[in-house]
Amino acid sequence: MSEICDNRPHLPLGLARRGYTGTIQHLAASGTSSSLPEVELESRLIELGFVEGARVEILHEGIVGRDPIAVRVDNTTVAVRRREAMAVIVA
Amino acid sequence: MHVALVGTPNSGKTSLFNALTGSRQKVANYPGVTVERKEGAFVTPQGRQVSVVDLPGTYSLRGRSPDEEITRDFVLGRATGEVLPDLVLCVADSTNLRLTIRLLLELKNTGRPLALVLNMFDIAKRRGVTVDVPRLSEALGVPVVTSIAVRKGGTTDLLRLTDELLAPSPAPDRQNTWRPLTVSELRATQREADRIIASAVTLPERPDTWTARIDAVVLHPVGGLLILLLILFVMFQAVFAWAQPLMELLSSGFDTAGQFVHDKLPAGLLQSFLQNGVISGVGSVIVFLPQIIIIFLFILLLEDFGYMARAAFLMDRIMGGAGLHGRAFIPLLSSFACAIPGIMATRVIDNRRDRLTTILIAPLMTCSARIPVYTLIISAFIPPTQVWGFVNLQGLVMFGLYAAGIISALLMSFLIKFFMMRDYQPAPFMLELPDYKMPRLRSIAIGIYTRAKMFLQRAGTTIFAMMVLIWFLASFPQPPEGATEPAINYSLAAMIGQAIAPLLKPIGFNWQIAVALVPGMAAREVAVAALGTVYAIEGGKEAAEQIGQVLASKWSLATALALLAWYIFAPQCASTLAVIRRETGSWRWMGVTFAYMLALAYAASFATYHIAVALGAG
Repeated sequence: MSEICDNRPHLPLGLARRGYTGTIQHLAASGTSSSLPEVELESRLIELGFVEGARVEILHEGIVGRDPIAVRVDNTTVAVRRREAMAVIVA
Repeated sequence: MHVALVGTPNSGKTSLFNALTGSRQKVANYPGVTVERKEGAFVTPQGRQVSVVDLPGTYSLRGRSPDEEITRDFVLGRATGEVLPDLVLCVADSTNLRLTIRLLLELKNTGRPLALVLNMFDIAKRRGVTVDVPRLSEALGVPVVTSIAVRKGGTTDLLRLTDELLAPSPAPDRQNTWRPLTVSELRATQREADRIIASAVTLPERPDTWTARIDAVVLHPVGGLLILLLILFVMFQAVFAWAQPLMELLSSGFDTAGQFVHDKLPAGLLQSFLQNGVISGVGSVIVFLPQIIIIFLFILLLEDFGYMARAAFLMDRIMGGAGLHGRAFIPLLSSFACAIPGIMATRVIDNRRDRLTTILIAPLMTCSARIPVYTLIISAFIPPTQVWGFVNLQGLVMFGLYAAGIISALLMSFLIKFFMMRDYQPAPFMLELPDYKMPRLRSIAIGIYTRAKMFLQRAGTTIFAMMVLIWFLASFPQPPEGATEPAINYSLAAMIGQAIAPLLKPIGFNWQIAVALVPGMAAREVAVAALGTVYAIEGGKEAAEQIGQVLASKWSLATALALLAWYIFAPQCASTLAVIRRETGSWRWMGVTFAYMLALAYAASFATYHIAVALGAG
């Protein structure tokens, strides 16, 4: 598992393109347009393995608006919509 | 002794359950909710009788859906009518331990005797995952055992451990200290899990290359959708082509049996009851067993292979355009087999409104009970010619009927969203895409076996009872002495049919169809048998002939097409309506479903009939 890294620009996973690889810096569930309450969104993301320090890679994008995305999170693959992926800050 | 299996979705929990119990399974519902309760039994090497429950898959004990609440309440001993399990087996996919280890750490708080089962250990080994089992066990503080559920003898260690853990021990029960985790505790637990995994598990450098290679093709934005369409197309062609020989065999078997009864018994009521009521009635439904098996074969294969989650991924935004959740794809696809399991599968959708929309449109998916009706009419009215050189016209019409169901379901969903849920925010789509796995023959076989059994039980009970009723309605009262018309014209069936016939006349249905539709309310496929009974009794000598040939000579093409259109929409399944009532907890939604489907059915057949007549098919 790689380290938290400060020398790359931080960005929400929801804006990253196919092929992007990075490390999760933190979760920011407030301010996303997800229909879930913040606590619920954060809990679910953690339950699917989105925790600080996890390596992520965007493997696939859907056909409509490049959404949803299939993300490799360490050694699992998870499908999420970009809307929810906005809560995952990566670098 | 009671054992509970807990695990994340895709952990191979169910295949382990199948390996432990074989066919000694009992499927029922938990009281008050419609969550499926799967219980089985096995005997340990030391001769302990163990009853094992396969709990719904979950990532945590938070209980955010009815299924997950069952799992939580069960391990906490809060579930009504359930005993506290003597042992909780937490089942993990050995190739993917992170999420299960976190669940296990949470489960430890419940104080129940607990063990971790590293399932699919063979696949993990092949992929280069090495697990230091003693160290993992020490770090977790619970016994750890490996298993290969799909291999003979793959559960030997697990059975031995079960014996050890169930042996009476002087150690007192640990306290239950479980309470819902806060976000920071959840995060801390995941960190702890990752730390433990790092200390005891070595992961391969590269992820599973096969899954990556297959996904590169099947999740391709354009190619993936084409593949999905191709799979569905092959599935429906197969339902026709592969099942045909078996169906002909079954059909001629029932004909022979009917003829045998006809020859051996004196002419009269008993002969007519056995030949026309029982044998040809039930036979005309059982004949569709091969097709139902093929549909389920495809669905189970795709599910076991890991494709279903990919299909949901591909369809998410497309279905989102119609106001549906990507997760609705699986329930809707199951509805192709039968709306009942489909509606029950909507429990994976945790947003109530998404779920309600899916439930309302699930019955529009072409379920297997429509196949008998479609097949009968298509084979009687549509010639089996080749179009464009390689496509069978009958298969094409079938495909069109399925497509009509899908398109109208999407339209309905769009309308529901537009009129009833304007302030609606789509619920998130978050789903694990499991690694592909070779489907295992044994678990597919068990799956098909249980479904075929359900179908035959239905054929043997509901449908049989309906057949007897229909035969009775069609045979009594008996025609008066010296009657000139066919006997059925004097029967109760004719009276009912004639009473509702005026209502159905504008859509091109004759009174025989009206008669068949009445018992067809119980289950769609009954209508085929009912038509058979009605026409067989009416025809007398023609009884042995194919129903299709009779229909072709009695109906116009317009009527046949109108009936097909009717069947795309008609809410003719009492069990589906009952399940909708149960799942939504209200009569209102059941009523809404019934009314809108009936209205669509009437409108569609009205339009079909009149267009066909105008085109000269009347």
